[in-house]
Amino acid sequence: MTIEEQTIIPIPVSELVSHVEKMKKDGNRLVQIGCTGVEEGYEINYSFDKDYKFQNLRILIKQDTIVPSISSVYWGAFIYENEIHDLFGITVAGMNIDFKGTLYKTAVKYPFSIPTFKEDNPCQNK
Amino acid sequence: MSKQIIVPFGPQHPVLPEPIHLDLVLEDETVVDVLPSIGYVHRGLEKLVEKREFTEYTFIAERICGICSFIHSLAYVQGVEQIMGIEVPERAHYLRTIWSEYSRLHSHLLWLGCFADGMGFENLFMNSWRIREHILDELEATTGGRVIQSACKVGGVRKDISGEQLDGMLVRLNDIKKDLHTITGVFLNDSSVKHRLKKVGMLSKQDAYDCGAVGPTGRGSGVAIDLRETGYAAYGKLNFKPAVANEGDCYARCNVRIQELFSSIDIIEQAAKKIPEGPVDVKITGAPNGEYFSRVEQPRGELVHYVKGNGKKNLVRSRVRTPTFTNIPPLVKMLSGCQLADVPIIVLSIDPCISCTER
Repeated sequence: MTIEEQTIIPIPVSELVSHVEKMKKDGNRLVQIGCTGVEEGYEINYSFDKDYKFQNLRILIKQDTIVPSISSVYWGAFIYENEIHDLFGITVAGMNIDFKGTLYKTAVKYPFSIPTFKEDNPCQNK
Repeated sequence: MSKQIIVPFGPQHPVLPEPIHLDLVLEDETVVDVLPSIGYVHRGLEKLVEKREFTEYTFIAERICGICSFIHSLAYVQGVEQIMGIEVPERAHYLRTIWSEYSRLHSHLLWLGCFADGMGFENLFMNSWRIREHILDELEATTGGRVIQSACKVGGVRKDISGEQLDGMLVRLNDIKKDLHTITGVFLNDSSVKHRLKKVGMLSKQDAYDCGAVGPTGRGSGVAIDLRETGYAAYGKLNFKPAVANEGDCYARCNVRIQELFSSIDIIEQAAKKIPEGPVDVKITGAPNGEYFSRVEQPRGELVHYVKGNGKKNLVRSRVRTPTFTNIPPLVKMLSGCQLADVPIIVLSIDPCISCTER
């Protein structure tokens, strides 16, 4: 099986838009934006692809960090940015289409915002 | 300028088996703007990764979708295997490829049926689904499940296909191919079908690329991206070229899927002839510690499973980016400027899978 080369480039939030602009200029396609809760807060991965070369820009943020939207660079980014807002409660500023928290209709507000994972939580089937 | 009105489309609509809502801004009969809305049945399956062992989560990943279930489990286990450095036996790679292509056949035939139904062509709908039944029979005979196969596992696959079974499958695929030629000829050549599909739901190559269109939605606009070219599973050892059409309309997207039906059969035939003897799984020990973005080609396009573990039996994160989710912005582009009567067929042309999107 072929092993795909994957690059992760950590960047500060303040440089996000300029890095994304460079990605666009280099002809990369926006693959996805995904958020993960970590000990220090949240990490957001902006994934790009060009000719099957897979690269990620990664920012590390706190709950109250305001993340700039990249929808002015990649028009379709609004769908991921609204998702991050609705599931994690992270504010994304300047989205071209802002659902104002109505993209997901969840019973619990920002369901992924509070880490519920406990390391000693035993598997339910044991 | 005409007066603008907003017409709600969905979440319940005859062409939508699953709920998605669009606010269509109209000037007379022309759509000038669209606001999509999802989340009616969001299940939060990603969260379950915290409560199930990483081996058990394969079954959850498979249940994200009732159509491309096998490919979801494949993407997930591939991610875990990469983190853990597991060498999957060669035969398992071939079996995964064969079942993936049967899933693609079953998905595309389901879509062709729904698409024909959306155009009001009931006979074509019934014939598409009649052929699909034969594909489901093969999945059931080889895995035990028509829709949920549970054949994939971390370290390989749970089932094997005997040489005798493979020979029988090839004979039956030949018959299926003949049937496919008959129905696909109607999709591509019938004047009423062409009238409904040509120059409808236009998406330029640039817009498709910029908006992140994947799968037949992107390839119907000339964006020749197909993750099978990266060579995962056994694809690297088989001859195959992505199906592409350049017109960027509903007809082109239909054409791409039809080409893919035949290329899937070709891939299965090649895999059945080249599959090596040997074990189908390896024993795994330990737990994943690391992260990986696993990417595979689903019937609707590129699927991404991001998995992250910390060396414990429960993963800390599973994030699934489904093709329909990323095809929503291109859909908005396609709908802008179309006629209200064409909206259902354009929505269907991206093959929306809301259960995937609402994982």
